Amino acid sequence: MQHHCDRCNNPAVVHETLVHEGKKSEVHLCAEHAAEGGYILPTQGGPTLIVGKLLEKAAAAANAPQRAVKCCPSCGMTMAALRESGLVGCALCYRQFEEELSGLIQRTQEGATAHVGRHPAHAAELIDRAAVRNRLSRDLREAVSREDYERAARLRDELLALGEPTSDSAAETAIDATSGGGRHA
Amino acid sequence: MSDARDASNTGQAELPPLLGLDGGEAPFADCVLSSRVRLARNLVGFNFVNRSSPEQLADVVHRVQSARLGGGGGGFDGGVRWVNVQTTAPVDRLMLFERNLISRPFVEATHPRCVAISSDETTSVMVNEEDHLRLQMLAPGLQLRALSARMFALDSSIERSLEYAFHPRYGYLTACTTNVGTGIRVSAMLHLPALHMVQELERVQRAAKELHLAIRGFHGEGTESLGDFFQISNQTTLGRSEHDIVEQFAGSILPQFVEYERAARRAIMERDLAALDDRVFRALGVLRSCRLLALDEAIKFLARVRLGVALGRITDVPLSLVNRLLLEVQPAHLARASNGELGNGRDDRAARAKLVREAVRG
Repeated sequence: MQHHCDRCNNPAVVHETLVHEGKKSEVHLCAEHAAEGGYILPTQGGPTLIVGKLLEKAAAAANAPQRAVKCCPSCGMTMAALRESGLVGCALCYRQFEEELSGLIQRTQEGATAHVGRHPAHAAELIDRAAVRNRLSRDLREAVSREDYERAARLRDELLALGEPTSDSAAETAIDATSGGGRHA
Repeated sequence: MSDARDASNTGQAELPPLLGLDGGEAPFADCVLSSRVRLARNLVGFNFVNRSSPEQLADVVHRVQSARLGGGGGGFDGGVRWVNVQTTAPVDRLMLFERNLISRPFVEATHPRCVAISSDETTSVMVNEEDHLRLQMLAPGLQLRALSARMFALDSSIERSLEYAFHPRYGYLTACTTNVGTGIRVSAMLHLPALHMVQELERVQRAAKELHLAIRGFHGEGTESLGDFFQISNQTTLGRSEHDIVEQFAGSILPQFVEYERAARRAIMERDLAALDDRVFRALGVLRSCRLLALDEAIKFLARVRLGVALGRITDVPLSLVNRLLLEVQPAHLARASNGELGNGRDDRAARAKLVREAVRG
C-alpha cells in the first residue's frame, strides 16, 4: 500500500512502526521531512531498516504463545538435553530428532550418512523394503520430471501398495517396527 | 551358566587364572601388546542407559543374563562367568579394569550393571555401560581379523535371543552418535619406544589424526602415554562395513605403524647400540635391585626391558613375562596378590618392587 507523508502529500519513503506501552503507532515521512526529523534515509532500492519494525517483531514474539519444546515421546529427551549430554536417549530419538541428528551424525562420522555392513536378521526385510521404496521413489521423481505421468501413476500405485506413504523416508517408518517405541518411557 | 550367575550375586568375583594377554609369540608381539574389537549394541524396547531408571537397568541386566551367549564359536563356548559389578568389591572392579575387561566409567558408575567374562578372559560383555551391551574381545599381539570373526559369531549368537535396536539408514543405534552404524571399534595397544627415542612421536600422532584415528595412552581415554604405549583405534563407525574397517586397520594402517617403529629400532641399533643397551640393561638393573617401585616407574622400566627383549638384547627374560608384569604391577592386581586390600602408596611400592625383583631375578 502506498503511504503518503504524514506532514505533506508527497509519497513517504520512511515508514516506522512504534510500539509504546503495548500501543502501536505508525510514522510515514517523505524524504524531506524524514531528513528534517533526523532519520537516516535508506539507500535507493535497499531495504528500509527501521528500528521500530524490529521492536514490533520482538514484541510480537514475546506475546506469542510459548512454542512447545520438541521432546521424545518415548524417553522425554529434548534436543537441548541431548546436546548437553552428547547422548541420544533411546532408539525413537533417532526419528524424533532426525533433522537435528543428521547434521551431527555427518559431522562426527566424516560426512557419512548411511550404514553399510552387518544387520540383524529381523531387519533384513525392512532393509529390503526400504531399498525398494527408495528405488520406486527415485523412479517416480524421474518420471514426473520427464512428464511421463502414466508411468508416474503406476509407480505411485506400487509405492502405495507397499503400505507406506509415498516418501523415501523409509527410516522413519522402519524405526517404528525396529524400536517398538520405548516400552519403558 | 546359571551356576555362574548365582555365584556372581555373592559379590566376590573369583577370577580365572591370568590368560590371554601374555602371549610373547603372538603376531607383531614385538610392537603390539594387544588387539581389541568392540561392538556397541542396544536392545529394542528399552530406553538407552542414560535415560533409564535403576529398575529399568536391572530389567536390562536380567534380560541379558537370560540370553544365550555361548555357542557358535563366539568366545563364550568355554563357559561364561557373570560378575555383578554393582555389588562386587572395589578391588575386583579395578582388577577387571586393569585387565581391560571393563572400562573406567564402568568401574566408577553406581547403577545396576554386570559383565560377562569368558573362561579364557578374552571376551567380555558389559551390560549397561554407555550402551546396553558392549561386546569386546582381546588378544595378544595383532590378531584383529581373527578377533573380528569371533566377534561377529558372538554378535549373531546373542542376536538370536535379544533383539537389537537397528535403523535401516543409521544401522545399529547407539547412545553416542560417534558409535552409530556398525558400532565397531577396533584398537591395538602399540609399543613405540624407538619412535620416541628418535623423536618421531609427533609425526605418528599427526599421521593418526590425518587417518581419522584416535590415539590414546596406556589406559585409554584421557591418560598420558606411560612407557610409550599407545592405543590406536578407528574413530568413525558409519558408512563403511565392519569388514572394510577391520581390513583397512589391520591390513594396512597398523602394519605401517609397526614398520615405522621397526625401522626406528633398526636405525638405533645400527647407530648407537651402546646407548640402546645402556638404556635397556639399566632398566633391567633397576627392576632387579629396587626396593620401592612406584607404578609409573614400573611401567617405564618394564617398557624399556620389553624393548630390549623384543630386540634380542635381553635374552634371559621372556616377552610374555614382561607383558604379564605390566598387568601385575597395577594396584588391584598387587592387592589381590597380597592381602586383598588396596594398599597405601608406600606399602604398594614395596610390594611392587618385591614382585618385580623376584620375577626378573637374573
